[in-house]
Amino acid sequence: MWKTILRRFLIMIPEVIILSLLVFLLAKAMPGDPFTGSINPKADPQQIKHLMRMNGLYDPWYQQYWNWVVHLFHGNLGNSYQYQEPVTRLIEGRAGNTLWLALFTMILTYVFALPMGVFAGRHEGKLPDTIIRVYTYVTYCIPFFVILVIGIWIFGYVLGWFPTTGSISSDATGWLHTVGSRFYHILLPGLLGALFGTVNIVQYLRSEVIDAKHSDYVRTARSKGVPNRDIYLHHIFRNSLLPIAAFAGYSITGLLNGSIFTETVFSYPGMGLLFVNSISYRDYTVITALVLIYGILNLLGTLLSDIILSIVDPRIRIE
Amino acid sequence: MAENFEQHSDISAADLARLSQEAQAEATPSTAKIIWSEFKADRPAMAALFIIVGFIVFVMVGALFINTPKMMETNIMAYFNQPFTPEFWLGADSGGRSVAKQLIVGSRNSIGIAIGLTIISSTFGICWGLISGYFNGYIDWGMQRVYDFMMMLPMTMMIIVLVTIIPHYNSVTLTFIFSIFYWEGTSRLIRSRTLAEAEKDYVAASRTSGTSHWKIIFREIMPNISSLIIVDCTLSFAENIGVETGLSYLGFGLPSQTPSLGTMISNANDPNNITQYWWTWLPAALEIIILCLAISYVGQVLRRAADASQRQGAAD
Repeated sequence: MWKTILRRFLIMIPEVIILSLLVFLLAKAMPGDPFTGSINPKADPQQIKHLMRMNGLYDPWYQQYWNWVVHLFHGNLGNSYQYQEPVTRLIEGRAGNTLWLALFTMILTYVFALPMGVFAGRHEGKLPDTIIRVYTYVTYCIPFFVILVIGIWIFGYVLGWFPTTGSISSDATGWLHTVGSRFYHILLPGLLGALFGTVNIVQYLRSEVIDAKHSDYVRTARSKGVPNRDIYLHHIFRNSLLPIAAFAGYSITGLLNGSIFTETVFSYPGMGLLFVNSISYRDYTVITALVLIYGILNLLGTLLSDIILSIVDPRIRIE
Repeated sequence: MAENFEQHSDISAADLARLSQEAQAEATPSTAKIIWSEFKADRPAMAALFIIVGFIVFVMVGALFINTPKMMETNIMAYFNQPFTPEFWLGADSGGRSVAKQLIVGSRNSIGIAIGLTIISSTFGICWGLISGYFNGYIDWGMQRVYDFMMMLPMTMMIIVLVTIIPHYNSVTLTFIFSIFYWEGTSRLIRSRTLAEAEKDYVAASRTSGTSHWKIIFREIMPNISSLIIVDCTLSFAENIGVETGLSYLGFGLPSQTPSLGTMISNANDPNNITQYWWTWLPAALEIIILCLAISYVGQVLRRAADASQRQGAAD
């Protein structure tokens, strides 16, 4: 068991190194320099050159990479040229928003998907199963950003039920009001993300339930006279809960990748929106930091899922 | 025994050969025949297929008759022209450009990229999955690590970064950039099927008799999983429509002078457009929804045709 986890960690190390190198080189290859125009349109080119030399932008790339890595381990990701503040502080302020939204969406997804999966499996081949299958199929194949745009149009603008921009209203005062306002702002994106992201969990749970229905332990429970409801709740559902929990890692990964769209549509100040803004300003330090963070979060998400799965199912452990 | 049979029956040898050939064809119908009978059994699927094919042909041909640079010229007189007027069927956007014409050219661009992306990424993914699954051992291990690494990359971000790096990109370069990141799903599916296929007797027999690895992979295993490949290509085509339009929506896909369904939907980013001038973005959004639903519906039918136990049409 521990050997598997350890191996999984060891494989991660070269991946992170290659990722950091790739991210760094890509950022270097981006056109334009961060100083022209950002200080003063009439700035002396000589002065800009001096600034670039001061910031080490003329050093050979391996030197720059090494400096960057050393700084990284000191928790220093450099300064944002656009906002003129340390990248760590900039991201600190946004990361919370993104992670809250992702967590909220994930919880809602499970809330919707678990009953649907069990229900579909229980009534396999009957009307409820068909309805749920059509529902998951429709939600799966529509591109998510289209759903977001139509969702914000109907519920945000036409009906006016939800706020359409920001993460908190400007006049929120007091603890309760602040939390309430934050929650109100993530409600619509969270609901849309959850309603349209159930397909994996529902399909997996459905097939688990169908398999379990015909297994010996369920037949035993049935012959003991356990009520049908309890069989589904305590025997089948509990048994398939852990592999379902393992989806959490993958699902966080997917949600983070989708955050670029969600945050752009809802003008929600998180890391995804920060990334889109930084790209247009060629703010390298922010871009590299964000791609690196997303990559590492993806890695940790898959790691988490793999570990849970290897605990649950000994067959997938690496020998 | 066959000779015996010929002597005692009044069926001529030619007739016998023809009849046995027919019986053979009926017992093992070709893939195309199975798919066709599946479509005949499912009317909505037939409708979906005709909608898709008809629509694609319509936009491909229609776009030829539209002068794109002229269409994209600003025409201040038609500023936010109302829809359903004889000149502007679907109204005009903030630059007075006809939404209906943009929709046709945009669909051509978006669907074209989705087709190109499907062809390139599926070809690559299929080859990757076949090779990785067939050569168990170090080759597979190495290829799996590359796969893991690609899965870890934040795809949307990487594509956006690459698009900003490349100075003059057009739809072809864009298709290649997308292809770098969208082969994993296919390769994973094909690999798992190839792993199972490579253990079967016919592969072992072929290998013992000295067939080369490449011939086994591409001439023997690949035809055997062809139905899976057809299904996967259809489903990834539906997905790929969302890839380009999504990035164009964010402003990192096709340049703004080249209409795309994504750039049209990005009109909705303006609070005025989204409420008052709905015709600038809603048709494009609805078109994507209908197209994706129809394509994946066809994909579901193909999946049924590929799996003998789920077939509805092959019974007769």
